[in-house]
Amino acid sequence: MMEATFQPLGDQAVVVQFGTAMSLEAYRQVRRVSAMLDRQSLPGMVEYIPAYTTITIFYNPMELYDWYKSFGPADLEQDSCSPYQVCCHLIQDRLDQAVLESEEAGRTVDIPVCYGGELGPDLGEVARLHQLSEQEVIEIHAGGDYLIYMIGFAPGFPYIGGMSERIATPRRKSPRLSIPAGSVGIAGNQTGIYPMETPGGWQIIGRTPLRLFRPEDNPPSLLRAGDRVRFVPISIEEFRCFKEGSS
Amino acid sequence: MDPFAHRTANLLVGNEETEATLEMTLKGAIMEFREAALISICGGDLSPSVEGIPVPLWKPIYLKKGSILHFGYCRSGARAYLAIAGGWSVPRVMDSRSTYLRAGIGGFQGRGLRAGDELASGEPTWLGGLIADQLAGRLHGAAFATADWGVTGEMLPPYSVSPCVRVMRGNQWDWFTEESRRSFLSEPYRVTPQSDRMGYRLDGPLLELIEQKELISEAVAFGTVQVPPEGKPIVLLADRQTTGGYPKIAQVATVDLPLMAQTKPGETLRFAEISREEAERLLMARENEIRQLKTGILLKYT
Repeated sequence: MMEATFQPLGDQAVVVQFGTAMSLEAYRQVRRVSAMLDRQSLPGMVEYIPAYTTITIFYNPMELYDWYKSFGPADLEQDSCSPYQVCCHLIQDRLDQAVLESEEAGRTVDIPVCYGGELGPDLGEVARLHQLSEQEVIEIHAGGDYLIYMIGFAPGFPYIGGMSERIATPRRKSPRLSIPAGSVGIAGNQTGIYPMETPGGWQIIGRTPLRLFRPEDNPPSLLRAGDRVRFVPISIEEFRCFKEGSS
Repeated sequence: MDPFAHRTANLLVGNEETEATLEMTLKGAIMEFREAALISICGGDLSPSVEGIPVPLWKPIYLKKGSILHFGYCRSGARAYLAIAGGWSVPRVMDSRSTYLRAGIGGFQGRGLRAGDELASGEPTWLGGLIADQLAGRLHGAAFATADWGVTGEMLPPYSVSPCVRVMRGNQWDWFTEESRRSFLSEPYRVTPQSDRMGYRLDGPLLELIEQKELISEAVAFGTVQVPPEGKPIVLLADRQTTGGYPKIAQVATVDLPLMAQTKPGETLRFAEISREEAERLLMARENEIRQLKTGILLKYT
């Protein structure tokens, strides 16, 4: 298994990191650890948040402490028990014993996007920065082969890797207070879709009429980590007429 | 937002800590109780009263059938939590009774309460029933009855209009210039009006990176202090996102989250550094106090 490093995120979470660069290998490790935790949770674990190169495990320190008092090694000073240290040991043990399973194949999902105009206010800026026409940015964005690395930020927000470096653009200097649901954005060489109206700092180049967050469904997210995605350009008329289920 | 006030409000009426309470921010409601009820109010002081008589905070209160509970101006803090024995009856959505306004889900129809809404409460626990019976016997025609016990002063977080909030170094602490790190830990930061349950945007000395770097998005937590390129820190709170890509200069110690939650726009706060070990020690001590409170209440009635 790939080498993992541990860092605290405050006093109730551990960030487990696989490498420092985005890679398919790091992504696969994160997916494997997620699957492992789904099969068997850790003592005191509240939830985990998978990301590109990290999986962050949130724990209840008192539950971990109670577990440690009952099952931890007797020769260690209990007063010096740090829930963070206990959690790190538990995770490392699991990683050492982990049986690597092959990942299940994801689906491919088509995402219709109306690029530019009012629905994509930063398309012009992205084009100018790279000395491309807006049409070229659209063709590059819609022509990519994409993989969803993680769902995060807001409920159902897909972080999508595989975008061409030719249109990679830094986040905005200051986040917008409100970005409409369905907005398609760029941050560095990632692309993503805002599932609901929220503040956000990504460069917005278009909008999809698809509803990504579906609290009535289980799972409540249209997209899942591991899915492949294709962006399909549509016109503003098609955007307005779009009815879910007709595509 | 203030987990301490929310949890202790529940314990005071014999509930599990996770029952739904009502959170009121800066301005409270006027509500009629159609049945007698055991309640408690914790957190910020929004001047609660019944028949013009102030209702004390941090204690179990027994209200008669037909009582009108009136919240007025915000005397201190920012958020009050109203618990009722049995909990406010709202459905569980994704294993939670919380309201998430941005998505319009959870709580009462996924929205804030409005005039005319009617809320039901669940079945009180055996302990809640005992506390209510005891207080009902002490009414003697008064507007309401108050228990002679509650959450004591020494147990309360040091709420203040300009609190000192303890933080641990964030995972990108070293990315910031020495001057920025010094300013962050020594200068006051003001809570701006663009602050809500998702995050507090702060105004103060700008925080700069030694060099511009793009962070690969990773998890954030309740109390993460992230810094967008413009240099003004944002403290992520209860309705935060799950992941973020801005560098994290600091992380608020869990025990001091209530202090953040009870500040309002215009007020200032300061940050002081502590180690992770110290934050853990403080957190465990706080959790033990809450356990003792729970046990203490149980022992009073058994």
